Amino acid sequence: MKILVCISHVPDTTSKINFIDNNTKLDVNGVQFIIGPYDDYALARAIEIKEANAGTTVTVLNVGPADTEPTIRKALAIGADDAVRINAEPSDSFFVASQIAAYAKDKNFDLILMGRESIDFNGGVVHSMVGELLGITSLSPVMKLELEGNKAKLAREIEGGKEYVEANLPLVLGCQEPIAEWKIPNMRGIMSARTKPLQVIEAITVNTGVSLKAFELPPAKGAVKMIAADNVAELVNLLKNEAKVL
Amino acid sequence: MNTLVFIEVAEGKAKKTSLEAVSYAKALNGQVTALVLGTADAQTVLQIGKAGADKVLHAPDEKLNQGSIQAYASSILQAMQTEGTKTLVLANTSLGTPIAAKVAAKLQASIATNVTELPDTSAGFVVKKSIYTGKAFSKIELKNDYKVIAIKKNAATIEDNGTDVTATLFSPQLTDADFAVKIVSTEKASGEISLPEANVVVSGGRGMKGPEHWQPIEELAKALGAATGCSKPVSDMGWRPHHEHVGQTGVKVSPQLYFAIGISGAIQHLAGVNSSKCIVVINKDAEAPFFKAADYGIVGDAFDVLPKLIDAVKASK
Ligand SMILES: Cc1cc2nc3c(=O)[nH]c(=O)nc-3n(C[C@H](O)[C@H](O)[C@H](O)COP(=O)(O)OP(=O)(O)OC[C@H]3O[C@@H](n4cnc5c(N)ncnc54)[C@H](O)[C@@H]3O)c2cc1C
Ligand SMILES: Cc1cc2nc3c(=O)[nH]c(=O)nc-3n(C[C@H](O)[C@H](O)[C@H](O)COP(=O)(O)OP(=O)(O)OC[C@H]3O[C@@H](n4cnc5c(N)ncnc54)[C@H](O)[C@@H]3O)c2cc1C
Repeated sequence: MKILVCISHVPDTTSKINFIDNNTKLDVNGVQFIIGPYDDYALARAIEIKEANAGTTVTVLNVGPADTEPTIRKALAIGADDAVRINAEPSDSFFVASQIAAYAKDKNFDLILMGRESIDFNGGVVHSMVGELLGITSLSPVMKLELEGNKAKLAREIEGGKEYVEANLPLVLGCQEPIAEWKIPNMRGIMSARTKPLQVIEAITVNTGVSLKAFELPPAKGAVKMIAADNVAELVNLLKNEAKVL
Repeated sequence: MNTLVFIEVAEGKAKKTSLEAVSYAKALNGQVTALVLGTADAQTVLQIGKAGADKVLHAPDEKLNQGSIQAYASSILQAMQTEGTKTLVLANTSLGTPIAAKVAAKLQASIATNVTELPDTSAGFVVKKSIYTGKAFSKIELKNDYKVIAIKKNAATIEDNGTDVTATLFSPQLTDADFAVKIVSTEKASGEISLPEANVVVSGGRGMKGPEHWQPIEELAKALGAATGCSKPVSDMGWRPHHEHVGQTGVKVSPQLYFAIGISGAIQHLAGVNSSKCIVVINKDAEAPFFKAADYGIVGDAFDVLPKLIDAVKASK
C-alpha cells in the first residue's frame, strides 16, 4: 500500500496573530510553526496503517518554501519513510491542490490523507480539489478509517452526528479526530529523520483566481461586566435589556 | 450577477444558512436560482422564494435524499450550465464545503469559504473570510468569472419580502460514479437544536466534574431554547458526544449568546467561540482566562449558580 500524507506548516494553536506590512503579512515574530493539528491526525493514521500492513510506504508532502523543512523532518521523525517539498509559497488553495495533484498523478497512491482543514486559512477544500483534479473519490471530514482489502469503511462527521460510508480505494481523505492518536516522535525517530530522503521539486505554473487584499483583526473586546453569584436575575435582565440577546 | 444557490435540506426543510445564502445571492443584484435536491415540501419552496430566489429548481429524486457529495456536485454543475450561472453560493457545512471545492476545481473558479459578509464590489469583487480559526479575517478578491462562495452562518440576514415561486422540475443526469460512495447509515441526534446553527449555546467544561452532572446544563439549555456544547476534554473523556465539542479542533459556533460553564478558556476553545455576539462565563476561579473574553461573568460554583439561573430564566419568560 502506498500512502501520501499532505501536511501544512502553520502557526501553533496558541499563537497570537498579528499582521505587518500594511496588514498584508503575518508577523512571524515569536510564532512557532507546527504540522497542522488535523494533518497530524492524518499522519498518525497513516503510520498506524503502515505498522499493521507490511510493505506499506508513507510519503509526506508539503507545498512550501525552504523554512518548512523542520516541520517536514518532524513528520519523518514521527514515522514517514520519505518526504517531498514542492518549492513554492502556498499562495492559495487551488494552487496547493494543483501542485499536489501534479505530483500524485502518476504515482498510484492508494490513499492520500490530509487534514480536514489548515488552521491558517481554514479553507477545508484542498482534499476535495485534489480528488476532483485526479478524478478519484474524496471525503471529509473523516473521523474513522478502516481498511478491508480494497474497501474503506469510514465515518464522516456531519452537523449533529456522523455518517457511515463505504468507498473503494484510491481515496483522498480530510481527517480529524478521533481517527488516530497523535504520535510524538521518539529519539530514534528523530535521529533517523535526519537521513531520510527529502526531495525538493519545483512547482508547476497555476493560474490562481484569488488575490489577497488585506488581513484584519477582529475589534477588541470591551471589559467584562461582573455580576454577583447571588444576583443571577440581574444577569438575565442585562442579557435581555442591555445585550439584547434573549 | 446571476447566481445559483445550493439549498441544503434536512427532513424536507431548508437549512437556515441555506436561506441566508439565498438572501446573500439576492444582494448580488441579479437573477437568483435555487437548487433543491431530494424530497422537499411546497412550503420549503415558498420559503426559498420569500428569502429572495426568483426561480427554484427541484430534483425530487429520492436517490438524492442522502447527502451524496459527488451526486450533488454533478447536479450543481449541470444546473449552472443549463441556467448559464457563473456564481455559486452555498452554506459552509460538512456537505457544502466539499461540494464547493469540487465545483471550483472543475470550473477553475475563484473560491472563498468561511465568508462572513456581503462582498465589497467597489473595486473588483472582494469577500471577507474568517481565518486563523476566528482569530483574524482576510479580504480576498475573487478574480475569475466563475466564483464559488461558501458562507458562514450570519453572513446575510434572511429576507422575507421575496415573491411566491413554484418549483421547476429539474432532472440531472447522474451515473453510478456519482454514487460510488455508499452511505451505509447516519447517526444523528434528532429533535436537538443543531449546534452550528443555534442562536444560544450552553457549554460545560471539565469543571462540571462528570457526565452525571449535565442535567442542569441541559435544563438551562432547554429553558433558553439553546443547543448544548462542551470543551474538548469533556468529549475526549466520553462525557458528551464528539459532535458537541466546541473549539479549534471541533465545532465553530457563532450564536447570539454563548454560556461557558466550568470551562477555563484555553485559546483553542476560544477559537471556536470568538464570533459569538455575547459571551457569559461562569467559573469558580476569578482568574480563569475565559473572563478576559467574556461580556458578562459570574465567579461562583456552577452547582450553586446553575439552579438559580435556571429559575431566573424561567421566571423571565
Ligand atoms: C501571506 C500569505 C497569504 C495567503 N493568502 C491566501 C489567500 O488569500 N487565499 C488562500 O486561499 N490562501 C492563502 N494563503 C495560503 C494558505 O496559507 C494555505 O496554505 C493554502 O491556501 C491552503 O490552505 P487552505 O486553508 O485552503 O487548506 P485546506 O483546504 O484547509 O487544507 C486541507 C488540508 O490540505 C493540506 N494542505 C494545506 N496546505 C498545504 C500545503 N501548503 N502543503 C501540503 N498540504 C497542504 C493539509 O493536509 C490540510 O489539512 C496565503 C499564504 C500566505 C503565506
Ligand atoms: C492542538 C490543540 C487543539 C485543541 N482543541 C481544543 C478544542 O477544539 N476545544 C477545546 O475545548 N479544547 C481544545 N484543546 C484543549 C485546550 O487546550 C484545553 O485543555 C481545554 O479547552 C480545557 O478544557 P476545560 O476548560 O473544560 O478544562 P480545564 O482547563 O480543566 O478547566 C476547568 C475549569 O472549570 C473551573 N471549575 C472547576 N470546578 C468548577 C465549579 N464547581 N464551578 C465552576 N467552575 C469550575 C475551573 O476553575 C477551570 O477554569 C486543544 C488543545 C490542543 C493542544
